[in-house]
Amino acid sequence: MTEPLIRLEEVTKIYPGMEDPAVETLNLAVEPGEILVLVGPSGCGKSTTLRLINRMIEPSSGRIIYEGEDVTRGDPNELRRRMGYVIQQVGLFPHRTIAENIATVPRLLKWPDKKCRARADELLELVSMDPATYRDRYPRELSGGQAQRVGVARALGADPDVLLMDEPFGAIDPITRDRLQNEFLRLQGELKKTIVFVTHDVDEAVKMGDRIAILRERSEIAQLDTPERILTNPADDFVGNFLGSGAILKTLTLRRVGDIELSSVPLLRPPVDREQALRLLEETGERNALLLDRAERPLRWVDRRALNSFRGNLDAARPSVSVLVQPEDTLHDALSGMLQNSMGCAVVTDRGGKYLGVCTIESLAQLLIDTGKEAEASRA
Amino acid sequence: MTPPDRQPTLPAAAGRMRSRVASLTGNLDLIVTPVIAGILLLLLGGVWIYADFDPTTLRILEPDQLLVQLGEQLYVAFFSTLLVVVIAVPIGILVTREGAPMLKNFLVTILGLGQAIPAYGLIVVFFIFMGQGATTVVVALATFALLPVLRNTIVGLEQVDRAVIEAGRGMGMTPVQSLLRTELPLAVPVILAGIRTATVINVGMAALAFLIGGGGLGETINAGLKLNRPTAIFVGAVLVALVALTFDILGALAQRYLRPKGV
Repeated sequence: MTEPLIRLEEVTKIYPGMEDPAVETLNLAVEPGEILVLVGPSGCGKSTTLRLINRMIEPSSGRIIYEGEDVTRGDPNELRRRMGYVIQQVGLFPHRTIAENIATVPRLLKWPDKKCRARADELLELVSMDPATYRDRYPRELSGGQAQRVGVARALGADPDVLLMDEPFGAIDPITRDRLQNEFLRLQGELKKTIVFVTHDVDEAVKMGDRIAILRERSEIAQLDTPERILTNPADDFVGNFLGSGAILKTLTLRRVGDIELSSVPLLRPPVDREQALRLLEETGERNALLLDRAERPLRWVDRRALNSFRGNLDAARPSVSVLVQPEDTLHDALSGMLQNSMGCAVVTDRGGKYLGVCTIESLAQLLIDTGKEAEASRA
Repeated sequence: MTPPDRQPTLPAAAGRMRSRVASLTGNLDLIVTPVIAGILLLLLGGVWIYADFDPTTLRILEPDQLLVQLGEQLYVAFFSTLLVVVIAVPIGILVTREGAPMLKNFLVTILGLGQAIPAYGLIVVFFIFMGQGATTVVVALATFALLPVLRNTIVGLEQVDRAVIEAGRGMGMTPVQSLLRTELPLAVPVILAGIRTATVINVGMAALAFLIGGGGLGETINAGLKLNRPTAIFVGAVLVALVALTFDILGALAQRYLRPKGV
């Protein structure tokens, strides 16, 4: 085990005029390169805990160790410049251009102008925004999702080792949020930052976290473990209740489509011969066959009725397979896809769109049953 | 008195809409006031051409003398406004720093009382303590016009989105950097609105400076009244109004062009 990058030792925070501490003798270690998610019901002190790390809130007692150095005393501003900070409301400076916003910390660190500008462009690229289009715009011209991308880019401004994120995707619509989460995970795959991430959403915690700390009142750690172990083996009733009834179902977010064995379906390739196709369905006993195009890309599902009423050229049909997933997608994505169509399965393709197999609802069900049994066995 | 401009931060779409509305009202400012000033100028021209100018009226309206009075008027207005800004903006900044909320309410109340006393009364009060002259008028008017600037400075700083300040502090801005780079620039539109109000008050009220020997265009109006010369009264009054309107337009222009980009 490597030395933790951030360590909170016996940290307590009592707000003036309050009897109960908001955070009570908390010990927490954040390993380098991990995403540690703090999750818990509102008012449990998870945000306070995060803000204690960069001393936006000063601890009443205890020590904060960062990179092996006691940072409980000393200049909090210098400490903060060494840590990225992302908040739910983003808080972009409305009177500064996107590039100026991103270069906030470099500027505070007195980097030369040229280097600041180059860094802003680099970071815009990193969060998939075209520098030429966006660098001179002002924050009010951005959508919520774009603003939070810039927020993340700004936090990465001076390439800090640590990112502190306080419900960063909390105020964003579900579809955009999902995309931002995926993008962020991809980004983290490259950057390998150490991230402390606060959320109240269990699904987000499971999706984002390498480890999850479930907090209850006064920031007491109810359980700290990998998402898999927490979901299959909650430490107590509080954790169990907090995870909710679908805990096992949530394990689907943790597995990738590529991790499970794919099933196969009857395949048709152009040119399609009607008699042959009907015979194929007959032989395999399947209701549907999948038509691929010449590049092995799924085109559409074909059933008996489609074949019977078929005139003209099936090959020319527009692609109408609505649910396509890729091996990197989670099983949860595959499941929601399946529920959207009536096929009970999702077609898996590689990045280039080439057919790999199908993922069926039966295989997911079996997987969940197995996971449940394992969990029960380990509890017994 | 104009209420302080509201500048809430809004999502992009609403923000664009708001900015369109704002630019429309901004334009209205810059259209209506010049039109009124133009009408007054026309009236003034009409009077100049058609009115009956007897020797006394002509003596009152001696151009050189009018110029001197105009200079005095501007002198009083300029320095009283400068004094207001120099006093009210720093106080506004000070009381909005953390840990000074009591002081803020106290000050706003006290200065509100200052404004409840008519400017005329204030000038007399200060005359008792400071004697004759333009300096007394400058101080009296500064007291009178302090509130709009102080209040707008406070409101302007307080309406800055907390999240923006929090983000800045979280990235390691010192309190001074946060004030200079974030809070003040974002408060500029509201503070300017206050300064504009104060300027217009001071330019107009400077017409009372003659009461205690501070000169100004009030002299002309006063002479017209004393000698029963309506033409002179009219010309004096219109000149005072024109100067005030001119400064209002300048204020509107300043608000428009000094507003930080992107806001």
